[in-house]
Parts: sequence; C-alpha cells; structure tokens
Amino acid sequence: MKDGATRDGYGAALIELGEKNPNVVVLDAGVSDSSRTQPFGKQFPERFFNMGIAEGDMVCTAAGLATTGKIPFATTFACFLLGRSMDQILVSVAYSNTNVKLAGTHAGMSVGEDGPSAQMIVDMAYTRAIPNIIVIQPADWEEARQATHAAANHIGPMYLRFGRAKVKGIYDSSHKFQIGKGHVLQKGKDVVIFATGIMIQETMKAIEELKKENISPTLVNISTIKPIDAELVARLAKEHGAVITAEDHNRIGGLGDAVGEVLLDNNIHVPMKRIAVKDQFAETGTAEELFEKYGLSSTHIIRAVKEILPK
Amino acid sequence: MISNPLHQSIPMTSASSAPPTINELKNIALEIRRKSLITIHGAGSGHPGGSLSAADIVTALFFGGIMKYDSENPRDPDRDRFILSKGHASALYYVALARAGYFAEKELATYRKINSPLFLSGHAHPKTPGVEIASGSLGQGLSVGHGIALGTRLDKKNCKVYVVLGDGETQEGQIWEAAMSAAKFKTNNLIAIVDYNKVCQDSVTAELKDLEPIEDKWRAFGWDTHRIDGHNMQDIVQTLNLPLHADKPRVIIADTIKGKGVSFMEGKTAWHGVAPSDEDLEKALKELQ
Repeated sequence: MKDGATRDGYGAALIELGEKNPNVVVLDAGVSDSSRTQPFGKQFPERFFNMGIAEGDMVCTAAGLATTGKIPFATTFACFLLGRSMDQILVSVAYSNTNVKLAGTHAGMSVGEDGPSAQMIVDMAYTRAIPNIIVIQPADWEEARQATHAAANHIGPMYLRFGRAKVKGIYDSSHKFQIGKGHVLQKGKDVVIFATGIMIQETMKAIEELKKENISPTLVNISTIKPIDAELVARLAKEHGAVITAEDHNRIGGLGDAVGEVLLDNNIHVPMKRIAVKDQFAETGTAEELFEKYGLSSTHIIRAVKEILPK
Repeated sequence: MISNPLHQSIPMTSASSAPPTINELKNIALEIRRKSLITIHGAGSGHPGGSLSAADIVTALFFGGIMKYDSENPRDPDRDRFILSKGHASALYYVALARAGYFAEKELATYRKINSPLFLSGHAHPKTPGVEIASGSLGQGLSVGHGIALGTRLDKKNCKVYVVLGDGETQEGQIWEAAMSAAKFKTNNLIAIVDYNKVCQDSVTAELKDLEPIEDKWRAFGWDTHRIDGHNMQDIVQTLNLPLHADKPRVIIADTIKGKGVSFMEGKTAWHGVAPSDEDLEKALKELQ
C-alpha cells in the first residue's frame, strides 16, 4: 500500500496512460508542478497543453480536443477549475457531452494555509448538480491511479476530485476500483459511516478509538459521489439503522446530501448525521487545525457516532 | 469526399465539382437570408439581425468551395470544422446545414419547437448533424475551435477550423484568453471571422463597449489580421482562400450590417431577437430578391 497524495496517484496514472494510449492529452492552467501534470508534459510534450492562467479557455480547448477523439484531462486547482469554468463546463462539456476529464487538485478545506479562497468546499455540489457528469473522489494514491485509468476508459464527462495532502495507503494494486461502486472497508454493526476522500483517514482514526469502547462501525468508501452506489447505501442504511456521512466539503450538495437523497427516495427513515463543513467559510491554518476547529476531525466523528447510537 | 487540387472540396450534394461563381454565391446568400427569416417566422422567435449579417460569410464558407466536408458523413475525421460561436444566429446555421445536405429542409419547420427530431434548438447542439459543439453562452467557440485545431494537428490531418464570432461576443474575456493561446501554440489552421455588425442586443457595440482599434488588438495578440467588407462576396471568398499563415492563427474582421438586406432591420437593436410578423416577413422577402 502506497502512501501519498491522491494528486500524486493521478500524476502517476497520466504517465501510464500516456505510454499506452496516444489519444490521452493533458491540459493545465499554469500549476503543473503542483497538480502533478508536469511529468506527463516532460515525457509527452506534444500532447501537453499548458494554457496559462485561463481556466475557461482550458476547459473549452479540452472540449474541442475531445471532439477530435482525444481524451483530454483538464487539470488545475479545484477552486479555479470549477470556480472559473462553471459556464464552460455546463455548455461545452456537460451539455455538449464531450469526453472531457476535469481534474481538480487541492480540493477541500484540507488545502489549509492558503485560506478559504483556495479551500474548495462547493465543487461536489456544483458538479453533482450538472447532468451528464460523473463525480469521483478517490481515497488514496492507488485508488486515484485506478480512478484515472477508469476515467480514460469511460466515454463521457467526469470530474475527478484530488487532495493536496499526503494520505496513508488504504489499497494495494489488488483493489478493483469501479465507477459507481462503493467499497466496504471495515465491516461493523452499530452504525454505517459513508466517507469520501481524505475523510476515510479521519474516520479510520475515529473507529480505532471507538473500538476501545466496543463500538464497531461499518466504514464504506464512497469514491463515486455521482452516480452514488444507491443499492449499497440503501441496504447498509437499513441493516445498521443509523447513518453518518463524512466529507471535506460543505454540508450542502456533497456526499451527505447524496446519501440523504438515497434514503429519501427509498423511504428509509433512520437517524443520520453529516460530518461536513457547516455552511461557512473557514480561515487559514493547517489541515489538522482546521479539521478540529470546523468539525471534520476524528474527534467530531467519534462524537457523532456516540450521539447517533441508541442510549 | 470530393477534393480538388487546391485542397478544397465541396459538398457531395452539389451538382458540379467547381465552386459556384461569385454571382451564384450572391444568389445563394439571398436564398439563405430568405430561408433564415422564414425559419425564424415559423418558430415565432429567434434572432434575425445577426443571422442576416453573417449570411454572406456563412454562404462563402459552406458553398464557396472553402470548407471541405461530406454531409453524408458528418463525422468524417478529415472534415474542416465550422463553429458558430455567436450561437444565437442558429436559424442561419440550420438553413446552411440543410442546404449543404446534412438534413432535409422540411426539418427547419421544427426550429425552436418541442420534440424537434433533429434537435433544432434555439442554440445549436451536436445532436444536430453537422454541429460540432453546443453554443448559447458567448465567448466559448474560439477556445473550442482552437482545441479542435490542435487535435487535428496532432492527428496530422490537414483540417482548418473556422469560427464565426459576433462582435459583441469579443467583449468576453475568454475570447482574448483563446487569442493568446492560439498565438502561443502557433495554431495556424484556426481561422476566426468576426461578424462586425456593430450592434448588440441592447446597444450599439461602440457604446456598450467599444472594440476599436479592433485590428490593432488582434495584431497585438499575435494574429494574422485581415479586414474586409463582410458583404462583398468577392472579398470574402478571396480572403478565405488565402494560404494559411506560416505560424499565426488568422482573424478576418468582416465589417457587416446587422439585419443586412432588409431595410427596416438594418442597424437596428430592435431586430436582434424578435421574429418578424406575417407582414414584416412579406416585406422582407420582397427586398431579398
């Protein structure tokens, strides 16, 4: 199991894809060192387009490339990719249904010290609300690598959400990432926790502590936010009778809402709590400090589990 | 696909292999203007002014032997591409596509109507044969066209990409992002044509936000810049037939008149987005003979 940021798994996969698929092209908007597209650019310069700090232009150029049969990965920080290009994504990518892979790195509050303008906490809400787009957030380096391959093999628009922070490896190469499938990481019984991205790490820490008190949650990695694995969510919600969601994103429009929608649509009435940003802008600080202060750390997950369990 | 030695071809639906004469093209442009207005009238809504201003440019591209395409095989990878970035002139676009043989002219009756079998929406979408990308939000087409030009270049295809821009549309910042990008990548198979009709929806362009000095702007952005009378068919065809620049994208600033050909529509903001009444249509068709 390889430790590393999900953006690093993405960068590694791009190199693999570049070698085996001549149609894979990569675009960046002037942050290729941070977004990890630079190695691809060095190895395949003719298939790398650094569009400068012009995200809307990058996204539409990617759409044009896609109409010629290329598989473009349009990459930059999530805050700018979505923030600067929503209109371009709506018209030239989603509505046109072009085979563009949007890769947003440095997503979430966990980006830390750059402050709230860089902490993209609404991207899953944005993309989830757009028809035709699949939304994926891998949990670790290996899953990011596999999800990038899956994106190249899938025909259609996709948003890939990557983090800046290095995270502990959860999966090795025997993992089989599938678009639209959740994955049960730990089987428990008292409550089911659906987590995504970096929040898998926080939830695992929380579960270690809870086990000491004989509380045993089930942990599910929801790496496809849309279309969510509704069958799995519904079944586990019914089996456990209590649901918690955990995401490094605003509580509106992300994983919590996606899970809640499954429960509503299936008439499943169970207690539910959302670990997420509480509809507010945070501040500067380290990821750990922000997670503690703004309700995303393992401490908050432990509290939520204890509150939701029958007394 | 029919190709001539000048690396031009014409639609397979055309009866002859030589491009029409300038006079024939002028007549085609008149026909396209009439049909655009009939189509908008039939829909009860649409954009006559900007359809009429770009009619000569679009006629030259599709029927003047400029673009190579095969309407029987709309996705032919060797085709030249046409992007109508000023997407509201969709009536003009569909009339040209129908005349080029992409679909039957009777489909134009479904323009802007629900359940339109070929999705003849108010702004075009690739569900319609011959359409490359959706439009409707101004400023995106030049970047899309640039992406296509880069893609065909990677594939070593000898394709040109023609992007028709509105003048007001060049107030969008993204146009200038794309202009910088195409200059950076020396994308010489990208050709933009600005339909400089001087009128936007609510104002004349110069008052809304003046584009002048427009040629200096494009030149400063690294483009091979040309300026023509966008209603002079000879000039249009001649300029579109120029060999590609060695390493610069090309822009053709075409001075046009919004509503061109219909006296009571010419230069009027009021005819930006209003369908002609029965009476208006009758008067207009008389003028367009």
